[in-house]
Amino acid sequence: MFGHSGSSRSRVALAGALGVGLVFSLAACGGDKDDSSGSSDTASAGIDCSQFTQFGDLKGKSVSVYTGIVTPEDTPQKKSYEPFEKCTGVTIKYEGDKSFETQILVRAKAGTPPDIAYVPQPGLVQQLVATGKAVAAPKEVADNTDKWFGKDWKAYGSVDGKFYAAPLGANVKSLVWYSPKEFQEKGYKVPTTLDELKTLSDQIAGTGSKPWCAGIGSGDATGWPVTDWIEDFYLRLNGVDAYDKWVKHETPFNSAEDIAAWDAVGGYLKNDKYVNGGLGDVKSVASTTFQDAGLQILEGNCSLHRQASFYAANFPKGTEISENGDIFAFYLPGKDAASKPVLGGGEFVLAFADRPEVKAFQYFLSTDTWANLKAKASSGWVSANKGLKVENLTNPIDALSAKILQDPNAQFRFDGSDQMPAAVGSNAFWKQATAWITGQDTQTTVNSIEAAWPK
Amino acid sequence: MTVTPLTTTPEITPVQLSAAAVAKKRLSSPWASLAAIVIAILWTLPTFGLLLSSFRPELAIKRTGWWTFFTDPTVTLDNYRAVFDSDSGVNLGTYFINSLMICIPSVLIPLSLAALAAYAFAWINFRGKNILFVAVFALQIVPLQVTLIPLLTIFGKVGIAGTFWPLWLAHTTFALPLAIYLLHNFIKEIPATLIEAARMDGAGHVAIFFKVMLPLLTPALAAFGIFQFLWVWNDLLVSLVFAGGGDAVAPITLQLANLTGTRGTAWHLLASGTFVSIIVPVTVFLLLQRYFVRGLLAGSVKG
Repeated sequence: MFGHSGSSRSRVALAGALGVGLVFSLAACGGDKDDSSGSSDTASAGIDCSQFTQFGDLKGKSVSVYTGIVTPEDTPQKKSYEPFEKCTGVTIKYEGDKSFETQILVRAKAGTPPDIAYVPQPGLVQQLVATGKAVAAPKEVADNTDKWFGKDWKAYGSVDGKFYAAPLGANVKSLVWYSPKEFQEKGYKVPTTLDELKTLSDQIAGTGSKPWCAGIGSGDATGWPVTDWIEDFYLRLNGVDAYDKWVKHETPFNSAEDIAAWDAVGGYLKNDKYVNGGLGDVKSVASTTFQDAGLQILEGNCSLHRQASFYAANFPKGTEISENGDIFAFYLPGKDAASKPVLGGGEFVLAFADRPEVKAFQYFLSTDTWANLKAKASSGWVSANKGLKVENLTNPIDALSAKILQDPNAQFRFDGSDQMPAAVGSNAFWKQATAWITGQDTQTTVNSIEAAWPK
Repeated sequence: MTVTPLTTTPEITPVQLSAAAVAKKRLSSPWASLAAIVIAILWTLPTFGLLLSSFRPELAIKRTGWWTFFTDPTVTLDNYRAVFDSDSGVNLGTYFINSLMICIPSVLIPLSLAALAAYAFAWINFRGKNILFVAVFALQIVPLQVTLIPLLTIFGKVGIAGTFWPLWLAHTTFALPLAIYLLHNFIKEIPATLIEAARMDGAGHVAIFFKVMLPLLTPALAAFGIFQFLWVWNDLLVSLVFAGGGDAVAPITLQLANLTGTRGTAWHLLASGTFVSIIVPVTVFLLLQRYFVRGLLAGSVKG
């Protein structure tokens, strides 16, 4: 089977493979050098080191951080810790992992948790506290949280009245992406109420093009973008108090309020006149990935795309994201101009150790000092920290998010599906929403989700 | 309709071909070749598309499919540069080294242990040998997933979590049952007369193992070594659970999984990253493919 002619060919292929390998390893060495020289400029932005003296001498200690924040968002995270490391001599061991949400539970249960985890869901904070391995936040951190964050944020980090996890970053989901250039050219106006949004959609549809583009494909999680739509409209049509009850399942999933929200969303996503610009008919909403859908705005195939602030990272490098640029977002308006419900998400800092260096790092992360350091280092990141100065945010979309979050009239609510039991929040809700897009009627959909709620 | 007359004389049975010859004849028929070519094309096409994508600019990857490359060929090395750029947060170089650090001991440890154990099972008589052998054999049906949390608990208590040791030990443990079984079958095939002759010359177990067995075992060791190497190199599950120490121990597969970015928006990096990590398995395969096929046949065809 293995003639001589074959083996000489495979040797050529082998030489090629080895050659390419060598080039890569050389490139790797080159990369290392850049790293050591380029990191000093953010650290030189001095911070007040005396605030850490209350934790004693921490030199030579290390704190391990485990999180789902990975490339490329992890670089600004690590950079923002450098002033703290310089002040205290503590080393931060950062570990990003996309399967964080399952692995953190494995590690907590096995008794090898990290010192600190950045947990992206209040529901997961509760599960982790239930393992008995998490420790409550120290008093210094609780004081900082009272000072810099709203009560709603502190409540999301508490379990049974005990405060565990201080908020870290935040993202705003109530945004609609559009092209400011197109709006200027065609004379469209950014809507300030839900009715105006509808009028605008009709106006664009009247010109013969599809106003909206949407995609809900996301691998195993296909359907989640619809849940954000539903939550946003639930908040707008029924108010924040009704929303809280709905999330806690004090009102059933197939109530009249809920159906109203689904029907309102259906008016956009299941409306052949409105979707799906550049991609096909209503059914293409289910088959398009959420990453791809919004890019149609750049192609001029659609004008509006509802997606969270993190979507900014999805536009290719070189796209101008600003108020007068290629692409920007506006706040998905409330029912009237006065009410401003904001749907969003965020991470919480949960500790599994109470060593002084861990406390000191938790304290650092809950200060306005860190929020501003992080803001300067990154793009596509905001925090609900009230001490965050909007001018430190380099990216216009972050500045917009921060303005929305810090608006005194804003009523922030955490993503509902992230707080619901997993059987609903990351299963039935997604799957039924996908079926709903592809033709299932609203009543059947909400009944099925209600039936899936664990008794 | 014509009626064919029934032959009354028994047909002459053709000379019995050996199993290998029959297999060779069947596998080299034109239809089989055609099927092989079609399957090869179907399987290679996605990889080929990924290869093209890895050289296309980010914007082009996100907007159009790889086949548009033929009408609009733009080539860039930016994606490859980006996965080795520590300023943008990814440097596959470190993880590449980590992967080698994990793989090499994870192949050598089970190989040496399994060779010794297989020899003992085959040629040394001791009490409970058969029961023990059946136990080792039966261990193959334990899915490794059920051992993850208990093992992690043990590693945590011993205090080696976050080093390379959990990975080496875990991979060794998972590999040993199959390794012992395969090598045992191979060693058992070696004629007893050979060993008797060695014993007549005054060789003990140690001398027999190193001087007689090891040279004969080389193909089997190489075959299993390749299997184990490819398995460990491509493993994601075990390293996800046990490589809990950040950059210091994480292999390239972990970083590849993270390369798409927090929201899965950076898959231009994934395309180039995949080809960086493919280099080693492809090299190993090309170097040792002779043993690879032999190893596949070792357990199935006798004689």
